[in-house]
Amino acid sequence: MEPAGSEPRDGLMTLAPVTPELEQAAIRAESRRGLLIALPATVYLVLFFAIPLILVFVYSFATRSSTGQTVLANWNLESYQRLFSPDVLAIFVRSLLRAALTTAICLFFSYPFAYYIATRSPRVRNLMLIFVMIPFWSNFLVRTYAWRVLLGSDGPLSQLSQSMGGEPIRLLFTNTAVLIGLVYGFMPFMVLPLYAALERMDWRLVEAARDLYADGWTAFRKVTLPLSMPGVVAGSILVFIPSLGAYVTPALLGGAKTVGIGDYIVSQFLAARNWPFGSALSFGVMFVMLLATVYYFRAGAKTL
Amino acid sequence: MNEGTAPKRLVDRLLAINAWVLYVFFYAPILVLIFFSFNDNNNVAIWTQASFRWYGEMFQNDNVTSALRNSLIVAFFSTIVSTVIGTLLAIALERYRFRGRGALDGLAYLPIIIPDVTMAVMLLIFFFQAFGIIDDLLGVRLNTGLLTITLAHIAFSISFVAVVVRARLAQLDDSLEEAAADLYAGRWQAFRKVTLPLIAPGVAGGALLALTLSLDDVVVTQFVSGSGATTLPVYVFGLVRRGVTPLINAVSTVMLVASMVLVGISLGFQRGAEARGQRLADPEVLKLEMATD
Repeated sequence: MEPAGSEPRDGLMTLAPVTPELEQAAIRAESRRGLLIALPATVYLVLFFAIPLILVFVYSFATRSSTGQTVLANWNLESYQRLFSPDVLAIFVRSLLRAALTTAICLFFSYPFAYYIATRSPRVRNLMLIFVMIPFWSNFLVRTYAWRVLLGSDGPLSQLSQSMGGEPIRLLFTNTAVLIGLVYGFMPFMVLPLYAALERMDWRLVEAARDLYADGWTAFRKVTLPLSMPGVVAGSILVFIPSLGAYVTPALLGGAKTVGIGDYIVSQFLAARNWPFGSALSFGVMFVMLLATVYYFRAGAKTL
Repeated sequence: MNEGTAPKRLVDRLLAINAWVLYVFFYAPILVLIFFSFNDNNNVAIWTQASFRWYGEMFQNDNVTSALRNSLIVAFFSTIVSTVIGTLLAIALERYRFRGRGALDGLAYLPIIIPDVTMAVMLLIFFFQAFGIIDDLLGVRLNTGLLTITLAHIAFSISFVAVVVRARLAQLDDSLEEAAADLYAGRWQAFRKVTLPLIAPGVAGGALLALTLSLDDVVVTQFVSGSGATTLPVYVFGLVRRGVTPLINAVSTVMLVASMVLVGISLGFQRGAEARGQRLADPEVLKLEMATD
């Protein structure tokens, strides 16, 4: 459709012929205006994001003095070498496995859930979505704390199990507890993009497949699943990345044997006072995330 | 369509069961938490009788009330500043071509994908280093506190606001803005009378996100808050690490209810703004709006 007011403007243009100089000037004015509007954000992000990021990079090559001070001299790669020591690698592997498992569990339960929501009537659909959003918008710390109450050795779940003649539940401070907390915390990040992808989908394509005598499962595998792949990729990244660097969940639900990269980095700054090593760890985790994201996008693109 | 066959009905039932299980999973922990906040007993999990005892103690606890006050101050300023800056950023990236636009686009996305632990580390080192330089140059010794917390919260909120507002801007066709220009509206007038009302739901959504991020944050705040100032989540986090108490249940319940009220308000507001946006799409209304200025 033509914009309603295009005619009078074209009329004006014929009155004043557009010369190349005039056009150049207009483009320059537009560019200046854009720069001006973007200026506050540019200044703020450079000062409080780009410069801090560069600082962490610089710190990762610095030395730690015996008193825990960071000495910005004697630049070296020691902190990066330490990333490859067995105990640090073990922490990386644990975090990666935990994040992958969290993503898989979220995907396993969220896909049928999102599918179910997307196939309801619009009114039911909206209601179901709102009830997904409410915990999503609620305070993350509080939601994690709720599991600490639930899973405690004298908590409601344990009491329930004992009243039915079972064993008391001793899940708190284990890897399982951290996993439950992560799945609980990040599940909505999986449900919402999956729902968005399924809701946008052209369902007539599924009908067409059925008309061509595909059975339900084949139609799903050949039509629905590939079409919802962008949602799967987006949801998986949105769950995987925060799970990998999680700090609050392992700190509240985990113990000594559940340390992940996130809480390990924090301990380097708030307890061990080894800022150069902590900085190197930060870059290590970002590198792993970048790799995982790129790999996942590739894998997702291949299935499309 | 195919008639409902037996396997199809089975699949439907399984899907429904899965949905109900997930809703129980989502809500049971929250409801248990709220339930036990009304427990009179000192032990969290042993029910004695219902009372508001812990809510009373909460409001008499100076640590809780001062942390709450800090949280509200930080959230207020961080939300306003990041909403304004983020909205401007979204408009610049979505509606203008200028030098360095690509680089700014990339820079604006980074704070979203960077883990909050890294963000915390970055800002800790930055403030440490910046305060050192200020001390050397001016002899003024600055300390971390509410100001550094607010600056940090703005830093990670701007990008989220920008993404939400950009999504809204991308949905709008710019013919309405052009129409306003054809009605001889100045740029500012067209922005205030047409663009701003149309993107209002996006701006409101962005502001709500910024508010939630600020009220939720533990890690970054823990790193950039001094000994003097702590926010409610950081204070609660410290308490929880020492153990579970009914007092924390009460504080948590208040935080939960507050966030639900916020979501309710924003949903209502977005409906209203949506309706206004629809109205503007009517050319007669648009002319009227321009004429009343």
